[in-house]
Amino acid sequence: MHADASPGASSSARQVIDDVVVRFAGDSGDGMQLTGDQFTRTTAVHGNDLATFPDFPAEIRAPAGTLAGVSGFQIHFSSHDVHTPGDEPGVLIAMNPAALAANLRDLKRGGLIIVNTDKFTDRDFEKAGLQGNPLEDGSLDAFTVVPVQLSVLTKGAVEGLGLGAKETDRCKNFFALGMTYWLFGRDMGQTEAWIKSKFKAPFDDANLRALHAGFAYAETVELFHAGYEIPPARLAPGTYRNITGNQAVVLGLVTASQKSGRPLFLGAYPITPASDILHMLSVYKDFGVVTFQAEDEIAAAGATLGAAWGGAIAVTSTSGPGVALKGEALGLAVMTELPMVLIDVQRGGPSTGLPTKTEQSDLHIALYGRHGDAPAPVLAARSPGDCFDATLEAVRIAIQYMTPVILLTDGYLANGAEPWRLPDVDAIPAIPVHLATDPEGFLPYKRDPETLSRPWALPGTPGLEHRIGGLEKAKDTGNVSYDGVNHEAMSRLRQEKIERIARSLPAAEPEGDPDGLLVVSWGGTYGAVHTAVAQARKGGIRCAHLHLRWLNPLPPGLAEVLARYGQVLVPELNMGQLGPLLRARFALPIQSYTKIQGQPFKVSELLARIQIQASQA
Amino acid sequence: MSSVEDTPAYTKKDFMSDQTIKWCPGCGDYSILSQVQTVFAELGIPRHKFAIVSGIGCSSRFPYYMSTYGFHSIHGRAPTVATGLKLANPDLSVWVVTGDGDALSIGGNHFIHLLRRNVDLQVLMFNNRIYGLTKGQYSPTSESGKRTKSSPMGSVDRPFNPCGVALGADATFVARTVDIFVKEQRDVLLAAHQHKGSSFVEIWQNCSIFNDGAFKDWTEKKAREERILFVQHGQPLIYGAKDAQKGLVLQPNLTLKVIDVLTPEDRARVLVHDETNLVMATLLARMGDETMPTAMGVLYRVAHPVYEEGVHAQIEAARSKPGAADLKKAVYGGNTWKVEG
Repeated sequence: MHADASPGASSSARQVIDDVVVRFAGDSGDGMQLTGDQFTRTTAVHGNDLATFPDFPAEIRAPAGTLAGVSGFQIHFSSHDVHTPGDEPGVLIAMNPAALAANLRDLKRGGLIIVNTDKFTDRDFEKAGLQGNPLEDGSLDAFTVVPVQLSVLTKGAVEGLGLGAKETDRCKNFFALGMTYWLFGRDMGQTEAWIKSKFKAPFDDANLRALHAGFAYAETVELFHAGYEIPPARLAPGTYRNITGNQAVVLGLVTASQKSGRPLFLGAYPITPASDILHMLSVYKDFGVVTFQAEDEIAAAGATLGAAWGGAIAVTSTSGPGVALKGEALGLAVMTELPMVLIDVQRGGPSTGLPTKTEQSDLHIALYGRHGDAPAPVLAARSPGDCFDATLEAVRIAIQYMTPVILLTDGYLANGAEPWRLPDVDAIPAIPVHLATDPEGFLPYKRDPETLSRPWALPGTPGLEHRIGGLEKAKDTGNVSYDGVNHEAMSRLRQEKIERIARSLPAAEPEGDPDGLLVVSWGGTYGAVHTAVAQARKGGIRCAHLHLRWLNPLPPGLAEVLARYGQVLVPELNMGQLGPLLRARFALPIQSYTKIQGQPFKVSELLARIQIQASQA
Repeated sequence: MSSVEDTPAYTKKDFMSDQTIKWCPGCGDYSILSQVQTVFAELGIPRHKFAIVSGIGCSSRFPYYMSTYGFHSIHGRAPTVATGLKLANPDLSVWVVTGDGDALSIGGNHFIHLLRRNVDLQVLMFNNRIYGLTKGQYSPTSESGKRTKSSPMGSVDRPFNPCGVALGADATFVARTVDIFVKEQRDVLLAAHQHKGSSFVEIWQNCSIFNDGAFKDWTEKKAREERILFVQHGQPLIYGAKDAQKGLVLQPNLTLKVIDVLTPEDRARVLVHDETNLVMATLLARMGDETMPTAMGVLYRVAHPVYEEGVHAQIEAARSKPGAADLKKAVYGGNTWKVEG
């Protein structure tokens, strides 16, 4: 956001800017996620491109007013393409001193801070661990501060509706939202309709009054030096909706079920940040979806495998700790060659780690986290909307190759949102399913010559009765075999089957310069890396970006691409997992750039690293 | 699959697989396998509609020896695989075969939740009170003080009472039988099959290698009369030789006591088995000290909604609503906007 807004500008003379980052921050109970979500929807409907980043603590209600309890929601919106939630907010709405203190270091110098001064008392400073009042000690001199008596004003707005003190105070996020809507000249119709549908009397009226009062207050007291206008982005023509990664996964699963003609089964145990997949899928029962909330992660995986045997599109969703628990079932799925999909919404690890923060540290467990030689395909989604396509692809490969598939998303993709151009649902190709029905010559482990997959023969099919299990299988018959030579042959067959998936994958295709520095990314860092490489090239650095959708198998032509560039840099949100893998595989001097702070890469961080790397060429 | 099928007239042989059976000579599993094959042939269900799911252990090799669909899964996890299968295809007759270690130790959590949900399937738990396949460690049903390879000074653990655990987990059908009690086992298997919901059957099974004779004090011809009470719904709880009958009475402190049944008055005092009574089932399941007989047969049986029926009823209800299953509507969601070219 431009800080040189001219004083005295009225709402009729809005300053046109093309890009802004706003962060809402408050207590976990202040409704910041809801406020951010509403602002996002309105921004999306306005036609801006956007990306969001909800960032909240693991505790549901940490002690009010403390740093531990601060919940934030960041949105980056623009009149041009947006690939990240933005590095530095230009506008911060801080509901209390803790929210101010926790977020100040991220704020752009010269940025705008709206604070709720009713929460700036000595007691609040103490709870936030502050020595004194930051509004008075000069620590905010580099920013434009707009003090608002948010609590008092909200109370005035909802007076007469018979609300208690607590209920009254709960409306103040809508007052703040109303002010923000004025600041960016937004139509409030979307939020008004949402409030009416969501709240019962008198809370609908109270929230609407607070919203309108906030908007009117900003306008009449000329709260801000200027209002802003961010014109709609020139997005590709089409119909759009706003979507989070978890929503896109869910819609991808429902679509996969419809396109394959097989019923969908989700076995899951609640876990952050994957639970929303279970929640959201459970409302699609009209599509024949079975959601099974299991007694634990192991049961979720076991039931999923049982459902796969029974002929369902069988999926289990989880996060890191759940992946650890599902390893044995995945191994059995590898051995029995049944199609299932494990969706891992990665979070900070190890152990309970950082449950609500994002990370990419499950790549190795996805690739190697099973005992024995147990190869399984692994792919990763790159943006919230891409979770839809990645999910469809995971299901397609699972069925085509009769194998468990691991789809990696992450907390950032799962909860982050972006405008998503809606696909032509009818044009999405069918997912072919070939169920074995003919007893003539049927053998449970006889393979398709092209894909090496075995037949999907469902219990209940006359004449195909057979036994499967975790013991090693004899070739073709699938009978138990302890023969060493057979074991080697079967192990290599299982490996080759997965490698053959690469035949149908698009070749590795970098974007950018044909030589110089190649930046290789995977998963949710796509947007930041894409933006950083584009900025570096604008700044005259010869570089290119290669994003890997498939981690196992790797795409064809990768060796040639990597060898073509003088330098290869692999940024990851872990201690280095893809980087060392590529180094070992291709014996090239590949460099890692890693960050493990539970936060996505900032474009500026990546750009700085690219500049350093390029200067060493 | 056709909905109406003529079920062939099967014999036991039709349920034997072509695989060589690799249990030890004299293992109680042979007898159970034979009974299950016999009973399957009588159920009037086409062979392709049977699915047997097992965990790991000697008992869990069971599916390989049956000519039906079978899944030899993961240690302790058979209930999970079976639940997923039954949810995916409620039309199947699903049987879980497990052991005391598989069900009550490594798979304890799945075991209790399966019973709580009341998925319509049968659980046959072969209880040999020992770990067989890992060569002889004490199991969760081994008696305290049992000397094994892993407990040279005697095990310190207290054993589970499997039927007691099942009743505690709100099972709707709980029965107990013995590998070599051919007729009684058959009756119990038939009853388990007829019950809608999770049917738990504990089958005492002799491990001839690592725990031989574990049940002989009850199962030998002579002991059988004195120490085993075959319960039957609506019948007095009487056992013992014809000339020395004993019966169970309830004492005011809610414990059972054995009395000699000599007169019609004695007989009138004896409790009548009510398989729908959880308290009675629990008391019967937990008998077992030296002074009491062990109860065999159907200890508990109550009707309760079946899990997969509830799940699919919700799906049917959702499907019958107008505008259901509109993929485009679902994908488009509520808030959309158009960008013109």
